[in-house]
Amino acid sequence: MAVAVFSVCAVIIVAGALGVIIFRNPVHSALSLVASLFGVAVLFLTLDAHFLGVVQVVVYAGAIVVLFLFVIMLLGVDRAESLRTEPIGGQRPVALAVGVGVLVLALLFMVGFDGLGVRQGDFPALDSCTGLPVGASESPLALECPDGTEQASNIRQIAAGVFGDYVWAFQLTGLLLTISVVGAVALARRPRRQPDGAEQAH
Amino acid sequence: MSPSVDWAALLPQIFLGGGSLVMLTLGTLVRKRAPWWLPNVLGIGLTLAAFGSVVWQWVRVQDPSRGAFSTIAGTVQIDGFAVFLSGVVVIAALLALVFAPFSIRRAGLPPEEFSVLLLLSAAGGVTLASANDLIVLFLGLEVLSIAAYVLAALDLRRAGSQEAGLKYFVLGAFASAFFLYGAALIYGAAGSTKLDSVAAALAAGAGSNARGMLLAGFALLLVGLFFKVAAVPFHAWTPDVYEGAPSPAVAYMAAGVKAAGFAALLRLFAGTFSASSADWRPAVAVVAVITVLAGSALGVISGDVRRLLAYSSIGHAGFILVGLESAGANGTSASLLYLGVYAFMALGSFAVVMVMGRDASGSQPLAAYDGLARRSPWLALGFTLLLLAQAGLPFTTGFWAKFEVIGAAVQSRTYWLAAVSMLGAVVAAFVYLRLVVRMYLVRPGADGDALASQKSGVGLADDSRSGDEDSDSRPPVAVPRSVGFVVAVCAAVTLFFGVWPAPLLNLAGDATLAVLGG
Repeated sequence: MAVAVFSVCAVIIVAGALGVIIFRNPVHSALSLVASLFGVAVLFLTLDAHFLGVVQVVVYAGAIVVLFLFVIMLLGVDRAESLRTEPIGGQRPVALAVGVGVLVLALLFMVGFDGLGVRQGDFPALDSCTGLPVGASESPLALECPDGTEQASNIRQIAAGVFGDYVWAFQLTGLLLTISVVGAVALARRPRRQPDGAEQAH
Repeated sequence: MSPSVDWAALLPQIFLGGGSLVMLTLGTLVRKRAPWWLPNVLGIGLTLAAFGSVVWQWVRVQDPSRGAFSTIAGTVQIDGFAVFLSGVVVIAALLALVFAPFSIRRAGLPPEEFSVLLLLSAAGGVTLASANDLIVLFLGLEVLSIAAYVLAALDLRRAGSQEAGLKYFVLGAFASAFFLYGAALIYGAAGSTKLDSVAAALAAGAGSNARGMLLAGFALLLVGLFFKVAAVPFHAWTPDVYEGAPSPAVAYMAAGVKAAGFAALLRLFAGTFSASSADWRPAVAVVAVITVLAGSALGVISGDVRRLLAYSSIGHAGFILVGLESAGANGTSASLLYLGVYAFMALGSFAVVMVMGRDASGSQPLAAYDGLARRSPWLALGFTLLLLAQAGLPFTTGFWAKFEVIGAAVQSRTYWLAAVSMLGAVVAAFVYLRLVVRMYLVRPGADGDALASQKSGVGLADDSRSGDEDSDSRPPVAVPRSVGFVVAVCAAVTLFFGVWPAPLLNLAGDATLAVLGG
């Protein structure tokens, strides 16, 4: 199993890395870098470094490469591609249907979850050290807590912090990032010469 | 482990932050370009809804059977203090949105971005006022500030606005770093970022074995927040930003951003760190005195009305610091009263400054107001009232604000601070009276002010076609109804509660600062 996962990942990583230097279109190069980084992330996961794997996806694939793409697209803004042409016929209705379907399934799942009699207050209490439900004996990583129980993996602890005590700070960080994007776009845009209906500027 | 969320505590943020995000999303989805006034009207609706929820929160908090409460694992705290300052921030955003269309049309500001950023900034201000955790406090401060930086630079066609945005951003980011460093040291000394735990740890003497860390934390937090509220010697950005930024944004900064900055200062120092008030009071006293005196003195020598009002807002920050210095419930409620009252004066004044326009160099010399009482008597009357209130004349709210602040200083036996503040108030009165005299007594062209005379007669926004020196042929200043409404509301509030201050004093007195556990 491990060998199979490793070989698939290795192929993806090497192919992606080659793609970065072979493709002529810089956007394609950046996208194959994403593929390569995803492969590395999966390798991290197989090595039980869960947090590193997720951070690899979030930080490298998510943030840095998207930044690359932004820069490339902003530099090549003069040959903007039309959004009206559809290379694959009918992909937009299909995308809409799939999106709505996923939403409906998620809602059904939540409602069904509720219908099973599990409500917010009914979630099991979590242990402060392991982040697992009290009494659970799952052992992803065996580190000892002061009271002799096993410590949870990094991800569980971080998740307990981010969605527990610091959930409000977490949400505010999202708002902050949104504001910086809105502000950057508002300031980087070229000012309109004649605002519609504006009086003659003095 | 999932913390319980009392959504009632978050209603203002849901309307302001969530509403503006919905506006933003709809704006990108709708193909056809919306009419320019639509974002503004939506923004006014959202701020009204937020104000309604603030009023509802106030009723709930003041209900003795329910009282102040904290939620989301104790990171948000809704007490009288938080609700009062949330109300001030929301009113600042509301009135700025009401008179913004004039500026949006004349300067060609992007209407949607203006409304969205103003609402988001106000959401940050409300978050800041109700924060009960150093991390949430910092994030609220950043949400508030980053939106304000962009608002300052939003007039893309004027270099002065870009300069204002850049200066505000660089110095503000510098201040944020100070704040963050201080917050980290406080966390190190007290062992928690939750303000109630910090307060309990300080009361139990947590700082005694890490005293250097604690004091450095206080100092860095003070420096960071003094930058935000424009206290001397951390005020250098204020005149340039107030001169260059679009007027509605400046009005919001003077009223809302200042109130939110003081929310952090008061919540941290008068509330959380009250156990070690002997450590920080001397520093606040010195800064308060320098701020009051420098704000007044620099106002005297400034030749531009926007810069003059900027220095005046610095001076007002000094008076509010006098309230903080007295470190008690009286001082806090005096500071709150001052913030609430000053918000109306600043909003009204900057609405007037906005319609008076800019000359070719982007400034507004004092001479622009020569003989304004003849050309536009109502505008001149409203502006006079707001200026006299800022000077602290009896029968205006400004008098009661200064009275309460200085009274708090006397009660805490810092007599020298009270005396110097009164001296500063006298000097500041001269600044405002000089402008009033120009409106009523000086004929255009016949110039009494050497500094302004060099700039006089440069064509201003609405009278650019009239010549230089001809006295009364300048047409009356065109005042749109929205601006007239804002000036009238601000002047009416200032006068009405100046004559009958009891409700306002009770309101500020009820806005108590609670230190609650999670």
